[in-house]
Amino acid sequence: MSSYLIFAYGGVGLCGIGVFGFILHSHLLRRLIAFNLLGSGTFLILVGLSQSGRGQPDYIPQALVLTGIVVAVAATALALVLIRRWAALTKHATLPEDQGPS
Amino acid sequence: MAHFPIAGLIVFPLLGALVSLALSKRWRTVMSFILITALLLNNVSLLFQFYGQGTFNEAMGNWSAPLGIELRVDGLALIFSLMSALVASVCALYACVYLSATQLKLFWPFFWFLWAALNSIWLSSDLFNLYVGLELLSLAAVGLVALSRDATSLAAALRYLFAALLGSIGYLLGVALLYATYGTLSLPELSQHFSLTLSSAVALGFMCIGLLMKTAVFPMHSWLPPAHGGALTPVSALLSALVIKASFYIVLRLWTELSLEIASASAGMLMGILGSAAILWGGWMALNQTHLKLVIAYSTLAQVGYFMLIFPLLSPVDAHASHLAFQGGVLMLLAHALAKAGMFLAAGNLLFCSGQKDLKSLAGLSRYRPLNIFAFGLAGVSIMGLPPSGGFNGKWLLIQSAMLQSQWVWVAVIIMGSLLSAAYIFRVFSYTYREVEGGDSFKQPAAVLEWTALSLSVLSILLGLASMLVLDLLPISAVVAQ
Repeated sequence: MSSYLIFAYGGVGLCGIGVFGFILHSHLLRRLIAFNLLGSGTFLILVGLSQSGRGQPDYIPQALVLTGIVVAVAATALALVLIRRWAALTKHATLPEDQGPS
Repeated sequence: MAHFPIAGLIVFPLLGALVSLALSKRWRTVMSFILITALLLNNVSLLFQFYGQGTFNEAMGNWSAPLGIELRVDGLALIFSLMSALVASVCALYACVYLSATQLKLFWPFFWFLWAALNSIWLSSDLFNLYVGLELLSLAAVGLVALSRDATSLAAALRYLFAALLGSIGYLLGVALLYATYGTLSLPELSQHFSLTLSSAVALGFMCIGLLMKTAVFPMHSWLPPAHGGALTPVSALLSALVIKASFYIVLRLWTELSLEIASASAGMLMGILGSAAILWGGWMALNQTHLKLVIAYSTLAQVGYFMLIFPLLSPVDAHASHLAFQGGVLMLLAHALAKAGMFLAAGNLLFCSGQKDLKSLAGLSRYRPLNIFAFGLAGVSIMGLPPSGGFNGKWLLIQSAMLQSQWVWVAVIIMGSLLSAAYIFRVFSYTYREVEGGDSFKQPAAVLEWTALSLSVLSILLGLASMLVLDLLPISAVVAQ
């Protein structure tokens, strides 16, 4: 097994944790963190899988992942602003359908 | 004759987004309308260039693929770019009268990011650029939903954001697997090497699920009605008319360029079943809503189902029937964009008159605002699919294609869906014809608001008369050549 594949498998593992967290948690910040794990896992798969078996490192996936990280940061920032505003307005950190009968 | 470069379609809106952040309220609007004019001219110039030389490419900044970004203008991209230019500029005109000064100030940057993302999706032929476009589109759309700033729309925006992010990650995961298998991300190159293996099927599965989630295809639709129904009116129009089309456009591109109808017939069938479920469920839910904008939002859900019927009708054996299905689907997409935007704008005016959201408050409005009801009705004609509208021609082509292939199920679904849409549109009408007891006190919307709504609705009818002009732009080779 080449060392690149370790990254790919690590990415798959991270994605799994991310999906699990996304489904299991209703707290909005935890969901956001789960999304970030999912994103990092995908980037690892993108870099890891495409490097294997081609001899020298492939620069294209690295460029792609850099762009992807920037996009993920922007999405996280927007989500944080919305979550903060939501918490300030309603004093809740979960969406109405996850709050249960109150 | 000198032409605008293709890149203008992306550079102008990005410029609008960045510069408008630095300007004061009034100058944002002034600059935006200058840029809208430039973009309309740019689109027309591209149209002439396309008539002159057919499909053409441009490498941005002379950096060629794979590191550079290559833009491609073909018939399909051109049609969608013209469609978004038309709808977006009318919505912008509506927004600058409808929105309050504070809302408008925040509206412009998001609007421009939205338009930039849309154009970059129409023009990209590279899977990763499509991903960046999709993400930019989602972020701008979520921002627009949150613009009304109350708790309900904020919850809708958050739900939308999480659905959109999950969708994008699914798509990106598929892109990563495809790159690992084929070592390329450009669609034309991919289509040469593509074959359906286990890894490419898994990759395409991830991509399709992600994209369908963003298009709100049944059963991944629950985020759409609160987001589209709860947003400010011009935003609802933009979201329903344009934003959901972008992710669907990518599915359509993938399907036709990789010739998936040859690779797997059952996948097309599955898409058709999802589409049929969406048509029936969306129509039924629209019939049971008490808020006007939710009726229209659920109607969008049903209309997305019709687009999905393209896939089972693309046939590897019958080139003529495939072409009819493709044309019909594209026509449905266009007609829906124009009619749904017109309908949302007209509905926004009606709600503005009564000041309330529910259908009961519409009583008496047909006498008070006949022009507006007329705009709503014309859009309704296209949504229901009555002749001579664009919606009718689209459905007719789809039905013809289904009959040629003896796939009667889809014919039945299309007809049932049309009956359902007639029911929910006439239901809205029946409320407007009720008489109110005691006096009514309606506010009067500005004339611009009514005329912009009417113009889009009229365009959706005119599309029915000028369908061939539009469809002639489509390459026959897109489906048939193989």
